[in-house]
Amino acid sequence: MSELFRTCPRSGLVFHKAAESLIKFNAVTAVVFLAVGGVLGLLVVMTRWPAVHLLSADLFYQVLTGHGIIMLLVWIIFFEMAVLYFCSSTLLRCRLATPRFAWLGYVLMLGGAAITGVAILQGGSSVMMTSYVPMPAAPHFYLGLILFAVGALIGCFVFLGTLVVAKNERTYEGSIPLVTFGALTACIIAIFTIASGAIILIPTFLWSVGYISNIDPLMYRVIWWAMGHSSQQINVAAHVSVWYAIAAIVFGARPMSERVSRGAFLLYILFLQLASAHHILVDPGVGTEWKIFNTSYAMYLAVLASMVHGLTVPGSIEVAQREKGYTNGMFEWLRKAPWGNPVFSGMFISLVGFGFLGGITGVVMGTEQINLIIHNTIYVPGHFHPTVVLGTTLAFMALCYFLVPVLFRRELFLPGLAKWQTYLFGGGTALMSLFMMGAGTLGVARRHWDMAFSGAPFSFEFGGAAYMMMGLTGIFGVISVIGGAAFVIVIVGTILLGKKIEDKSEYSTARPAVLPMAPPAPANTGTGFIAPGTFALAVVFLATFVVYYFLNWMYLSSVWPMK
Amino acid sequence: MSALLPPSERIWGNHPLDKVEGTWIAIALVWCLFMFFMMPYWHVFGKQNYAGEAYRTTPAVYSAKVEKMVEAHTVRKETALDIPVVRPPAGSDVYLAGRLWSWYPALELEKDQTYRLHISSLDWQHGFSLQPINVNAQVVPGYEMVLTITPDKSGEYTIICNEFCGALHHTMMGKIYVVDR
Ligand code: HEM
Ligand SMILES: [Cu+2]
Repeated sequence: MSELFRTCPRSGLVFHKAAESLIKFNAVTAVVFLAVGGVLGLLVVMTRWPAVHLLSADLFYQVLTGHGIIMLLVWIIFFEMAVLYFCSSTLLRCRLATPRFAWLGYVLMLGGAAITGVAILQGGSSVMMTSYVPMPAAPHFYLGLILFAVGALIGCFVFLGTLVVAKNERTYEGSIPLVTFGALTACIIAIFTIASGAIILIPTFLWSVGYISNIDPLMYRVIWWAMGHSSQQINVAAHVSVWYAIAAIVFGARPMSERVSRGAFLLYILFLQLASAHHILVDPGVGTEWKIFNTSYAMYLAVLASMVHGLTVPGSIEVAQREKGYTNGMFEWLRKAPWGNPVFSGMFISLVGFGFLGGITGVVMGTEQINLIIHNTIYVPGHFHPTVVLGTTLAFMALCYFLVPVLFRRELFLPGLAKWQTYLFGGGTALMSLFMMGAGTLGVARRHWDMAFSGAPFSFEFGGAAYMMMGLTGIFGVISVIGGAAFVIVIVGTILLGKKIEDKSEYSTARPAVLPMAPPAPANTGTGFIAPGTFALAVVFLATFVVYYFLNWMYLSSVWPMK
Repeated sequence: MSALLPPSERIWGNHPLDKVEGTWIAIALVWCLFMFFMMPYWHVFGKQNYAGEAYRTTPAVYSAKVEKMVEAHTVRKETALDIPVVRPPAGSDVYLAGRLWSWYPALELEKDQTYRLHISSLDWQHGFSLQPINVNAQVVPGYEMVLTITPDKSGEYTIICNEFCGALHHTMMGKIYVVDR
């Protein structure tokens, strides 16, 4: 059998032809869905902006259902398929295992997304992405999700198969690279996630067509979140891998310690599946001990892992920069970083936003008692936009700025716009999220059409501060959407209109050279305190964390005593 | 580019770690353990907890309990819909139902008295959200949650719904009046 490979002369990456097409299709499909989800996001945020209040109530709930599903599932998971194929076939210089199955997975995902999309469009399935029973959606709403999940599962097995092929055919020396290791982490978590999804969605589908008379709503919540929460951990593992990849691509950074970084990924595998209980902390009938153990990922060991990655990724950049001679003071390495390169700026904003906004707030609101003053307020989307939009989406965007020109062999379209895009999108999203958190602290509800409650039997008015926060949410939400649109324009423009790169990298059937081991680290590293600037930033992070944590306890202690 | 290359040590577990990493891991671990033990600590010494008391029920059974309380303790009716305002005895069991699309009935409680507030749903899931103090709980049909509360400030409190429950979700509202004795 003759497999076709080409070597990209600029990046040195080796692409297997079948894998290359799959990466392109999955990534482009993802970006198209991101564009659709972004338009829906615009409609949502313009409705929550009290002075605008754009959509009618029915339409708002319908559009919000679409926004959640398209963004959280469709955009992210299509892109993750591209990341999995890249991290296995491309990074290991190996042929992709069973490309036909990978295409089958792609078709199932696309078909599934379309079916669920139609169900939402028809209007009878405005149940939000969580589709809590017993509120019913149309049967094909669940069916589409199931097909989508099966497709993604096939992609996971193709990834694992490729790792096996690479090992058997000895396409690399030693152990798999750290980035592939991170992708493997994501894949393992994905398999657990999809299994939980099947356990809950298949019976729910059968219930919706009448074969099962009753689904216990609490059981639904527990198992649904075993899927819904773990799927966020796939995202975390994937975007942390992307951070490491970008640090390597832009700076030639090597991991500070393979042991520490891989150990942290192992902690993800061991503990990330927990924590689903932080969605049901204030549910009836769930035991307190289990809640505490589960919400804290067994004593916060997965949080520990994220705090480790949060240090080692910028730390490895600092070390690489210092080796290049940026050694003045604590922060010259950071000041002299390529802030005009969207691959770097996107990755760095993703890292900081994920840590400071997404990470801290996630741990705080996942604290069993503090959840009482946050559950289901608009603080919740204020927390997860920094995780899944700043963290995952922006990291993927940054990767696109590197990968799309390499894959399509075209120059980036409108590079000046690309340079600003990460700041616009990152800044807009960060501020939108901060104001959502502010409004949530004041009690404004999530998934709620009217904070003035017109038509309610009694009356209640939120104060001026809450209205102002929601207004600012609206303004920065619009900025975030403009930033997202800029991304879509640059990427689609690159693919369709970008200047062709004549790089003479022809496909050939010759087997690519074996991937060599990294050169050993220079002897002077690994002893002193090699990344003092990063450590200082980490201490600032911890201080912010501690202060914010206790502020919330203080706030909690001011409400009615209860037990 | 070694995050993209196989590690230089064949056994990556032998790769040494720098003092920066070691120190940070130690600090972070201490903080993680602290946060973990904060939760049981607050269960013992803190005043705001939900201890998890809950029972299985059905909408019919629960609705009957609510109605019994409404018949016994209604003190007045409010709004054009004649919503009953119930003033249960201090220290008693109080039953609140979430349903499409209202919180039923309205309650009048005495300041600094303790009540066992039962909450359940008669249909879909709802979100109990008490304003302006912003205390929230998930309300699940078939489950009766018991939250033992001691309102410590008098005033008018509003219950809104913050779990999406269909077309008129945003009009779902109830009241708890806390009065001085
Ligand atoms: C492009 C700019 C975006 C804007 C302006 C935006 C705005 C919003 C707003 C205001 C809400 C809360 C609505 C409410 O609860 O009443 C929301 C919900 C949500 N957003 Fe976004 N968003 C954006 C991008 C994204 C992205 C990129 C993702 C995922 C990767 C995402 C995932 C979600 C999810 C999962 C929900 C929750 C839906 C639910 O409650 O069922 N959003 N968005
Ligand atoms: Cu409701």
